[in-house]
Amino acid sequence: MTETRRSKIERIMFVAGTAAAMLLGITAVSGAMHIMEGYLPLGYCIIWGAVCVPFFVTGLFSIKRTVTQHRKTLLLLVMMGAYVFVLSALKLPSVTGSSSHPTGTGLGAVLFGPSAMCVIGVIVLLFQALLLAHGGLTTLGANTFSMAVAGPFLAFGVFLICKKLKLPKTLGVFLAACLGDLFTYCITAVQLAIAHPSQIGGFTASLMEFLGIFAVTQIPLAVIEGLIAVVVIKALESYARPELVELGYLGV
Amino acid sequence: MTRNTKIVIFCLLLAVVIAVVPLIILKGTEFGGADGAAEEAVNAINPDYEPWASPVIEPPGGETESLLFCVQAALGGGVFGFGLGYLICRKKFMRKEEQSYDNDR
Repeated sequence: MTETRRSKIERIMFVAGTAAAMLLGITAVSGAMHIMEGYLPLGYCIIWGAVCVPFFVTGLFSIKRTVTQHRKTLLLLVMMGAYVFVLSALKLPSVTGSSSHPTGTGLGAVLFGPSAMCVIGVIVLLFQALLLAHGGLTTLGANTFSMAVAGPFLAFGVFLICKKLKLPKTLGVFLAACLGDLFTYCITAVQLAIAHPSQIGGFTASLMEFLGIFAVTQIPLAVIEGLIAVVVIKALESYARPELVELGYLGV
Repeated sequence: MTRNTKIVIFCLLLAVVIAVVPLIILKGTEFGGADGAAEEAVNAINPDYEPWASPVIEPPGGETESLLFCVQAALGGGVFGFGLGYLICRKKFMRKEEQSYDNDR
């Protein structure tokens, strides 16, 4: 196959992938265990929204850089977006007797950096809020912060630390995806506790209550997300070596 | 079986076990959403709190919601699988020398 032909195919692939991802976003997305519409007072909605703006803008530039400088990694970026969509459709039962779903933003953060995942996360959250009554437009800022900023940044940090400690890459990916997922829901609990401090125990009592609901439910699901991330990265290591080298995940 | 294959099979099996165990050991629960539980907690902590906004569009019922779910998972899986299939075939049909060049990198 000649080089030009391959790049043409890649271009078609990208257009098809993007079209499918858009269609996907418009048609669906449900089961988000995010903060419900109207459940944060207006002031907090604005503050969390404002906090997210710089991350979102950085993310746009980061994606633009990927598009221009590392064009062949675009397919992987589209796949990471699709991965977030699939995982956030899976409401899994947990040991607490309630259900929640993984976030899927950790793996993309490891490969493309945390700010790129901020943009993907916002797209997912926006469609969830608009079409499926999960999360909400008023709570978009707060939910973006937990799922698309805090989670990916923690995942990215965990992966860097594992790299520094010279731990195996697979273990690093597992820990990044798992802890990033768990951290997202811890942040959700903190956000709710700040907005709704208990009359008796104050912030701490509320935090315990919400952590019990979100974080404890999430522990086994975070492990599942870590395991799935390992499966995906193993597949990419086998079949997408050039892209992973270009992204700096694999050494040259 | 290569080492990677073993890791993948182990991970998938463990993930299935973690997901299925609660279904078997916990009886008499419907596994409702954690967001619903949080809604109740807010009402318990702060009985006077009135949600001041409501969702723009709500799916009319459980059936429509599960339809949207399936479409989401199917399309997400489709895009992901399409990409992976492309990568697998690319490797398969890559010329031998390209492949060794690739492995050397």
